Amino acid sequence: MKSLAELAAIRDKMKQGAAIGEDGNEKIRIVVGLATCGVAAGARPVFDAIAEELKNQNVTNAAVSQTGCIGRCTLEPIVDVIAPGKDIVTYVHVTADKIPQIISSHIKEGVPVMEYTICAYE
Amino acid sequence: MIESQSGSKSTNLSDTRFYKKQRRIALRLCGIIDPEQIDEYIGYDGYEALGRALTEMKPCDVIDILKKSGLRGRGGAGFPTGLKWEFAAKAAGEQKYVCCNADEGDPGAFMDRSILEGDPHSVIEAMTIAAYAIGADQGYIYVRAEYPLAVKRLEIAIGKAKEYGLLGENIFDSGFNFNLEIRLGAGAFVCGEETALMTSIEGNRGEPRPRPPFPAVKGLFKSPTVLNNVETYANIPQIIKNGPEWFASMGTETSKGTKVFALGGNVTNVGLVEVPMGTTLREIVDEIGGGVPGGKKFKAAQTGGPSGGCIPSKHFDVPIDYEQLAAIGSMMGSGGLIVMDEDSCMVDIAKYFLGFTVEESCGKCNPCRIGTKRLCEMLEKITSGKGEDDDIEKLESLCRHIMSSSLCALGQTAPNPVISTLTFFKDEYIAHIKDKKCPAGVCKDLLSYTINEKCIGCTICAKNCPADAITGAVKTMHKIDQSKCIKCNVCFEKCKFGAIDKG
Amino acid sequence: MADSTIAFKGTKEQEAKLMEAIELHRSQPGPLMPVLQAAQDIYGYMPREVLEIISRQMQMSLSDIYGIVTFYSQFHLEPKGKHKIHICLGTACYVKGAGKILERFEKELGIKDGECTPDGNFSIDALRCVGACGLAPVMSVNDDVYGKVTEDQVPEILAKYKA
Repeated sequence: MKSLAELAAIRDKMKQGAAIGEDGNEKIRIVVGLATCGVAAGARPVFDAIAEELKNQNVTNAAVSQTGCIGRCTLEPIVDVIAPGKDIVTYVHVTADKIPQIISSHIKEGVPVMEYTICAYE
Repeated sequence: MIESQSGSKSTNLSDTRFYKKQRRIALRLCGIIDPEQIDEYIGYDGYEALGRALTEMKPCDVIDILKKSGLRGRGGAGFPTGLKWEFAAKAAGEQKYVCCNADEGDPGAFMDRSILEGDPHSVIEAMTIAAYAIGADQGYIYVRAEYPLAVKRLEIAIGKAKEYGLLGENIFDSGFNFNLEIRLGAGAFVCGEETALMTSIEGNRGEPRPRPPFPAVKGLFKSPTVLNNVETYANIPQIIKNGPEWFASMGTETSKGTKVFALGGNVTNVGLVEVPMGTTLREIVDEIGGGVPGGKKFKAAQTGGPSGGCIPSKHFDVPIDYEQLAAIGSMMGSGGLIVMDEDSCMVDIAKYFLGFTVEESCGKCNPCRIGTKRLCEMLEKITSGKGEDDDIEKLESLCRHIMSSSLCALGQTAPNPVISTLTFFKDEYIAHIKDKKCPAGVCKDLLSYTINEKCIGCTICAKNCPADAITGAVKTMHKIDQSKCIKCNVCFEKCKFGAIDKG
Repeated sequence: MADSTIAFKGTKEQEAKLMEAIELHRSQPGPLMPVLQAAQDIYGYMPREVLEIISRQMQMSLSDIYGIVTFYSQFHLEPKGKHKIHICLGTACYVKGAGKILERFEKELGIKDGECTPDGNFSIDALRCVGACGLAPVMSVNDDVYGKVTEDQVPEILAKYKA
């Protein structure tokens, strides 16, 4: 890194939205909390199930990634679905068996599975 | 149920009541970015503060900003960070070091782990800024070995930062070089003490040494050294970027900015909470934490780990900052905040913490090595029902001696759990000593189990009793043979009718 | 330093790895801790024979090294069990009953905290906070972490590793 301009170039690229799908639109981001408490609560199999299910259901407009701890340990594993231009939807106490439904309903049809979201717990 | 601003039910976690009173600076990107992708950090203005410091500011400007911001060390003692940097910058010496204390040993505190796992670049960026400010070219992050994931993420982050030229030689074409290495702890709580931490990095028994000389003058390898904790560092890029006035606008007269608390124990919403200094315990425990679950009564909030104290509900509306917590006999510590309900015995809790310090005392100075052991034995005596009338006075006197004569903060603060519980929960000590009772029903030697008239004779207690101490015919009231009872609590747990009394 | 009752079974490969680690760290400032950590990773514990190699190579007295090794709780002079049971006794876990979990493991295995079963299968160690307080009480067997553990689950958990 030699200059602020070089840094700004990376920053601006990231701010425009990191992942662009094959159709030229910004991808939906599925973010799994993978800090120690998330992992202890079973977030790794959830992460793997999402990657697997995106493949199985031929989803190309979404990508799964990891993040650190959001701070709500008792609700782990926590998965955020961030669709461009829409409110973030937070799924809590996620298990691998809930993933196929979340992918088919929320990611493909755009209908969040309300019973698994934070709404149902608070 | 939660309401978003528009009034409809929100599906976004950040709209929940848990986050309403929070202000996230140190935890800004935890749970937002992928910590293994440096580009994501840069996308949220990462490394901009470093770039501006190196290209637009002199080292003394950086120190001025920190001094004006009012930032104080988040590791416990609350020393002004800018001042610490200034001392190290002015200290004579060719070689200087920057260290990060990530030896988060307080049981119940996990904010540093979360920052390292969720946003490691913020710490790397801040350490590089510190190195520029004091004129160091080498840094060490001392991490607990109990945090393997944090170590892995830090390794990845350091590797990426090197690849991007944000660590190494001639950063931002400024001629400034900085190299950063990880050193692992090996399970010694005392290594969280600054001089002990440096002694450990040097490859010795991690024993503290007397100060002065302070590390800023004579620290690691006898060179001037800045040592800050993870959370302190995580604030710094934001302060450089947004200006000291922005940071100083939050908090109280003496404590600026925010503090992260690891809220745990008997509270509904366990988690990491970052609030402006000056927030009250009531706001944190009741509003953010959702109070004590299961209809139980709140008894105390413990802050500051083994060096802190237990705060009763009468001090719930005290605004939290370094001075206020000290005034009520506790301390900020690194930010563990454990909620205890009516089922916790305060004498037992004091004994628990003293047991911790006895094990973790490094043994170098007598007041701590022998004093904490004796304190623990006295508490043991009280909880086992052998307490005598003058024990409270003896406890108080021994506490004073340990505090005034120990070498380092571990010993000086070790009696705090005893003193604070004696101050606020003296009646529990008296109950143990005079009445030979444990009001919370924790101390086994003081417990007796009896069966009351709610008993319908279902026989479940008798079937489960491992000592065959319970007798009685079906559908008649049962009885516990006190000479056989081993106080295992099984009958109490198994009874569906609330027919077992303990006390 | 008392000699271990368990015979040292170090291999040539392990020794070669240790030498490699010593060479790697030797020139750094403060090399001893990384070397000791590498040694424990390689051998699983710190038998006298290994400390003697380090003593010779680093030109430090055996007693100095022994003093450092025994200072830190993560270094151990005796081998641990094939399955390492760790029980968190941090404050959050403690107020949620971790003490009872530890007692139950001790009872089930007939050993105390810090000991290893005679068949070498299990060892129990109490830990300070692992930082997963949201899941208190927390324990782990090897790399498997169990959260919100109850006393009744202890035999089931053990059964998984007995097979």
